[in-house]
Amino acid sequence: MAEATNAIAEQFDSSEQQHESAWLGLWAFLATEVLFFGGVFLGYIVYRHVYYESFVLASRTTNLVYGTVNTAVLLTSSLTMALAVHAAQVGKNKNLVRFLILTILLAITFMGVKGVEYYEHYKDHQIPGPSFVLKGAPEGELFYYFYFTMTGLHALHVVIGIGLLSVMALLAARRRFNPAYYTPVELSGLYWHFVDIVWIFLYPLIYLISRHS
Amino acid sequence: MNIIEETHPPPPAKLEPDYLEAGHTVRSWLLTTDHKRIGLLYLFSIIFFFFIAAVAAGIMRLELLTPKGDLVLSETYSKLFTLHGVIMVWFFLIPSIPTVLGNFLIPMMIGARDVAFPKLNLLSWYLFMAGGMFALYAIIAGGVDTGWTFYTPYSSRYSNSHVIEMATGIFLSGFGSILTGLNFIITVHKMRAPGMTWFRLPLFIWSHYATSLILVLATPVLAITLLLMALERIWGIGIFDPRIGGDPVLFQHLFWFYSHPAVYIMVLPSMAVISELIPCFSRKQIFGYKFIAFASLAIAFLGFLVWGHHMFVAGPSVYAGLVFSLLSFLVAIPSAIKVFNWTATLHRGSISFETPMLYALGFIGLFSLGGLTGLFLAALGADVHLTDTYFIIAHFHYIMVGGTVLGFMGGMHFWWPKITGRMYPEKMGQLAALVTFIGFNLTFFPQFILGYLGMPRRYHAYAPEYQVYNVLSTAGASILAVGYILPVIYFIWSLHKGKKAPANPWNATGLEWQTPSPPPVHNFYETPLVVKGPYDYSPEEEERKLEERHG
Repeated sequence: MAEATNAIAEQFDSSEQQHESAWLGLWAFLATEVLFFGGVFLGYIVYRHVYYESFVLASRTTNLVYGTVNTAVLLTSSLTMALAVHAAQVGKNKNLVRFLILTILLAITFMGVKGVEYYEHYKDHQIPGPSFVLKGAPEGELFYYFYFTMTGLHALHVVIGIGLLSVMALLAARRRFNPAYYTPVELSGLYWHFVDIVWIFLYPLIYLISRHS
Repeated sequence: MNIIEETHPPPPAKLEPDYLEAGHTVRSWLLTTDHKRIGLLYLFSIIFFFFIAAVAAGIMRLELLTPKGDLVLSETYSKLFTLHGVIMVWFFLIPSIPTVLGNFLIPMMIGARDVAFPKLNLLSWYLFMAGGMFALYAIIAGGVDTGWTFYTPYSSRYSNSHVIEMATGIFLSGFGSILTGLNFIITVHKMRAPGMTWFRLPLFIWSHYATSLILVLATPVLAITLLLMALERIWGIGIFDPRIGGDPVLFQHLFWFYSHPAVYIMVLPSMAVISELIPCFSRKQIFGYKFIAFASLAIAFLGFLVWGHHMFVAGPSVYAGLVFSLLSFLVAIPSAIKVFNWTATLHRGSISFETPMLYALGFIGLFSLGGLTGLFLAALGADVHLTDTYFIIAHFHYIMVGGTVLGFMGGMHFWWPKITGRMYPEKMGQLAALVTFIGFNLTFFPQFILGYLGMPRRYHAYAPEYQVYNVLSTAGASILAVGYILPVIYFIWSLHKGKKAPANPWNATGLEWQTPSPPPVHNFYETPLVVKGPYDYSPEEEERKLEERHG
């Protein structure tokens, strides 16, 4: 029955052509994402260079514990995602559903930690605006502006990922994937790893590089 | 490549209706995934936006008839040029050739049944239209007065107009552009018919491929830039805000990092059309195929490295200025390669002057002039004198109108028989091409002089000594308007009264001509097998035939 969903769209000649097209398409999409994040990363790096001392001071006021926990959570979710794709590859549907749900739960954990972290910044008057206070760092507000913009954009991508993976979990629960057809799972995985990689850059940029200098 | 194996049996010959007959309901158009129908959806949409933006230009030209600001207020004038710029750039020029002719022709030229992702293709159009609706709303609600460049802090802090709505419109239509570019890239990579190797691709495809690369890599930078600008406007502070240490010039860097490549998004597809027209109406192999193909990629690449020349007066360091100036000169090389190769193709060809060829020849002249005046602006010293004057306006209109619009019109005439199955009236077409050419030059050539004499752009009043050139320009604009309206009239007329078009009215060589006009739903009754290069013309044979015919 599952084989019935392997239909090839009419513009393609073979399932291999269809698969390769989808794969290449997602890579091209990720290229646009790199350029999208690139703009704001570039801004951050330029200003960090210009206002080095302020940025160092301000970055020391970020919460290293939350940042590190979230890094671990997100890296683990990439592992469970890879395991989900593998499960789809070998046709273990139950495992596929399990790993997808696990990935979603980890993503929600990430968002939860991020929420607590944001709340503490709010309590500490670290949200840019009239109530912003950070002693000794004249451009600390700019640092926190970048902090919220970059992590906010990343969080938006996590939320989109949660939605995407939920759809995949639902489809998997309905036995829509099999070893001959699991392109959507694979592509969602690729997207999820990308979201992870963005964080891999954000974590050192925001929490680490200035802490010991 | 595994695409050669054929798992679908080819549809039975002649049983499939043509794509226009395949459905007549509104639903069959709005939910279509046929690349040809989506091309037509885009055609109607961009023509609509074109006329809105053209009317704004018309009002501006009327205002500029007299030195005093007597027709519209200064503020209204600012809104008019913003409207004209935003709508023309994002809702006409950027989508024009790729989404209409590219959509229609790319799958046909490579022998495919459709683009790689037909549903995504339809989504692109809906995103484009959603963006268009936001833009229209911004215009109707009172307009935007920042200029199409949205420079901060004006756009983020001081402007009282509908900046956010307009930016949302551009963001959405940009998303549509990204998806179109992505679709084309994958289509060219994965959907080519058996035997269609990279160097048998028509140059139309190469140029669109280069365009798509820019669409995919540059547009996201515009997205983040507009997002940061909008965020700054909503939040009250932002990274371009000097009060917290931000730098407005960073906005300009990010904006031009997109907007300079965007110029090539607009002109490369036009070059794509010209590369098809010139060999067909010279009956000759294109000269230097690989040079033209790689010149497209070189333009796409170099286009990413020259944005700084828009900012020579924004205080870059001397060295940055030098480097950007040098790199800007470099872009002239691949552009010149193309112009020389087209001209060399004409040499010893059997040339005829049908309407598409008139537009193509017009393109070569006007694009050359636009390109050469670009060198003035790439030169640091000259640029400081000419920046923000009418010289700039004239320069980029020679590229955008003389280049892109002429290419678009040439392409529309050339492929009209294929798209509609009807011929347009040839004499009328030639007349319109001529009127457009004359009107265009009369409109914009005086602006070079105006700019050189120092008339600044973006003002509704000016010193009286500039009046004579402005009157000439306005007169030209009214002639140009005739050149635009004529084709609309006879194209519509031809839908009912035009001669029925044969499959290949121009005796052209592309795959798109080897299937009926209008094409069947899946383009070809049988997947074509490609055995030779794209421009298999022979001028000698053509001349012999002509001699025989005339005795």
